[in-house]
Amino acid sequence: MIKLTIIDRDDSSQDIEIPEGINLSLMEVLKASEYDILATCGGLGICATCHVAVVEAPDSLPPVNDTELDMLDTLPEAGPNSHLSCQIRVSEAIDGAIFKIMGESN
Amino acid sequence: MITTDICIIGAGPVGLFAVFEAGLLKMRCHLIDALPQVGGQLSEIYPQKPIYDIPGFPAINAQDLVNNLLDQINPFHPTFTLGERVEKLERQEDGSYLITSNENTEIHCQVVVIAAGLGSFEPRKPAVERLEDFEGKGVAYMVKNPELFRDKRIVLAGGGDSALDWTLFLSEIAKEVTLIHRGETFRGAPDSAEKVFSKAEQGQINLILNANVAALNGNGHLKEISVVNKDKSVLHLDVDYFIPLFGLTPKLGPIADWNLAIDKSAIEVNTKDFMTNVERIYAIGDINTYPGKLKLILCGFHEAALMAQSAFKYVFPEQKLSFKYTTVNGIHAL
Ligand SMILES: Cc1cc2nc3c(=O)[nH]c(=O)nc-3n(C[C@H](O)[C@H](O)[C@H](O)COP(=O)(O)OP(=O)(O)OC[C@H]3O[C@@H](n4cnc5c(N)ncnc54)[C@H](O)[C@@H]3O)c2cc1C
Ligand code: FES
Repeated sequence: MIKLTIIDRDDSSQDIEIPEGINLSLMEVLKASEYDILATCGGLGICATCHVAVVEAPDSLPPVNDTELDMLDTLPEAGPNSHLSCQIRVSEAIDGAIFKIMGESN
Repeated sequence: MITTDICIIGAGPVGLFAVFEAGLLKMRCHLIDALPQVGGQLSEIYPQKPIYDIPGFPAINAQDLVNNLLDQINPFHPTFTLGERVEKLERQEDGSYLITSNENTEIHCQVVVIAAGLGSFEPRKPAVERLEDFEGKGVAYMVKNPELFRDKRIVLAGGGDSALDWTLFLSEIAKEVTLIHRGETFRGAPDSAEKVFSKAEQGQINLILNANVAALNGNGHLKEISVVNKDKSVLHLDVDYFIPLFGLTPKLGPIADWNLAIDKSAIEVNTKDFMTNVERIYAIGDINTYPGKLKLILCGFHEAALMAQSAFKYVFPEQKLSFKYTTVNGIHAL
């Protein structure tokens, strides 16, 4: 199991466990866990409505790529720890990470 | 005041196709959209992406689909109000509706069709102290009329393509242009980024990197902005206009106040004709919800056809509707 801690917009925190090898993005896992997250473009990385901040993560979390940074540039509240959750693959590489949900809700 | 049979709120693919279905039944349409262009999500979010599930098109670019829809509805001469958001729907005594936009454009219609998608596309607002105090008084989220900025001192904020493009454009007509960006590089179009850097070197624009606009000040009209640098030092700039450019995002907005039955940001409709809980107000496309709803363009097209058949009785109460194929009857321009 991959364990993640999710902090919602109201600062409430919850641990979620995801089986290995399911090949989903963090955005899809958050949606499946009923978090209120817009993800307008469905994971194409072109809408910037699936913003999360990394509170803590293992070094194996891949850094944001160029297109992701480009989209994050359109978010006024983005910071150095910002990611697009649809661009994060849920795998052992992010086991134990803590994410905070940012950005617009429905 | 604009007078029409059907006022369509939202000029996305579904609102556009509704003009066709209404036009076949000789109903005239006026469309209004908060965006300066038609096409909704297709033009705003993914103009260059291919869509694979439009019947009859194995693949079609989103913007091409929008252009085709415009060609298809052209014989029916729809009219448009673009760049304005619908604020108010008021029922008149005879059952018709008066629609008012944020710029006080008034549209009188017999039937209202809400094809508002995910909501109206609104600019993202940065967290800047007193930002809203100066909206329309020095703060602008889009450049509608460039002449307004001639010989003025302008500060733009943002790091995306539109921030770069408008900085370059305004530097030609404004007295002074400053671009403030949170980061130190631009990943927008490399070409525009290069031009911005070279203009900054030549002193034609001021470029302030690693900084954020923190507060606005002025008396009635914007006069001064405070910029916080990475090292927390604060800079004050005299300014006439502040243009934050952080992209657009859809917001349900005023639709929530129209006394319609709403479930999770979507309007509940009867699948018989896609009317809402209020007579003469229909909702089609992504904005509606019903058991089994799929947010697909193709489903919105179907909803538009059924809506038009039902709306006919309000526009032409004396006439009987008989169903005809376009192959039999052709398209009779309005
Ligand atoms: C990245 C991406 C890929 C997609 N791929 C597909 C696909 O392959 N196939 C498919 O079928 N669908 C796809 N979709 C979904 C498809 O784009 C939507 O179903 C479609 O855009 C819905 O059309 P619409 O006309 O209902 O609404 P929209 O396209 O959302 O248009 C609504 C318009 O209404 C305006 N509006 C709203 N409120 C107001 C107001 N109060 N005043 C004025 N204007 C207002 C908005 O500004 C907007 O322009 C995709 C969506 C995205 C984001
Ligand atoms: S879902 Fe659109 S950018 Fe992630």
